[in-house]
Amino acid sequence: MSMSRRIAPFHLDVLKEAGNIGAGHAATALSSLLAKDIDMKVPQVKLEPFHMLGDTLREDMETVAAIYFRIDGEVTGSMFFMLPVKEASSFAQKLTGDSSQKITVSNTTELAVSALSEAGNILAGSYLTALADFTRLNLIPSPPGFAVDMASAILSYALVPLSAAADEALIIETEIIENGRESNRALNGFFFFLPDPGSLGKILQSLGVPEDE
Amino acid sequence: MNNVIRVGMADINFAASPSTIRTSGLGSCVGVVIYDEKLNIGGMAHIMLPDSSMSRGGIVQRAKYADTAVTDLVSYFHSKCKEGETVRLKAKIAGGAQMFQFSTSTELFRIGPRNVEAVKEQLKKRKVILMNEDTGGSSGRTIEFDPATKKLYIRTVNKGEKAI
Repeated sequence: MSMSRRIAPFHLDVLKEAGNIGAGHAATALSSLLAKDIDMKVPQVKLEPFHMLGDTLREDMETVAAIYFRIDGEVTGSMFFMLPVKEASSFAQKLTGDSSQKITVSNTTELAVSALSEAGNILAGSYLTALADFTRLNLIPSPPGFAVDMASAILSYALVPLSAAADEALIIETEIIENGRESNRALNGFFFFLPDPGSLGKILQSLGVPEDE
Repeated sequence: MNNVIRVGMADINFAASPSTIRTSGLGSCVGVVIYDEKLNIGGMAHIMLPDSSMSRGGIVQRAKYADTAVTDLVSYFHSKCKEGETVRLKAKIAGGAQMFQFSTSTELFRIGPRNVEAVKEQLKKRKVILMNEDTGGSSGRTIEFDPATKKLYIRTVNKGEKAI
């Protein structure tokens, strides 16, 4: 059955609220890591058919540095932290305090990858902990995977395993920005959570929302 | 005017020159292009999975699977043919990368190579000649086919553009 027939607008609102709580915690964690004021925009929750997915990505997100987590437990899914590649280096430099660190399409230093992966770990971990507390469901992230590539190719990686059961994906998307003067921003990234189709019912149920209302 | 026809994920489409046809962000998915040497038409599908028997949904979205997508591309060209005419269909394929390396990679995460294999098998079965391929590796690809020149342009973020 198509997901859109089971997901009503108010379900999306519930998921947005769950995303909001997760994102709030992640922003706090990242703020203390960077000692900067980090803001997260209110999450967008979208149900998109696969053939439309490329259109959801912004133009400057064409080439990104991405940290990927597979989520296991009572709720399964995929989680991504993506930065435009031109901002990834300066973010890695801030994290390591080392201006020689680089993340580019052809040349990436090992320490920069670890730093970015660790930031991703902290973001995903605090997001999932908040979501787990909220839903009383168990969510465990895999070790991080790292890639610099086209954002749409990276997103599709998460969609393939679930594409046998679905024709559309539910995406909870949160924009992460560093508060401050536009020109000084080191961080302007995106955080994506894509619960597997089978997990949606569990999330909604645990939040006390009947699936077909 | 030159127009670019877009093909989304799990999508299929056709273009006649001077239009070109493009799909972006092929990761483990495979882009397959089928054309006839005499016609200035190209058909393209963005395939996600090897076989429609894997479908756990209700209606099968045919462009998503190697078997059904290749069948549909081929029958489009057969329907374009006059009676008694023979078609010599050719194909070019790209994609099937493994974008992330995980130590705990399950069979599903090796889907790229399996997609490539399945597409090749289907092409063989339908007597379509595979002319060129750019598959495997760990990079995403954006591809664009020009039905006039039969060239497939392939762009990756770290190697720039090439044509096969």
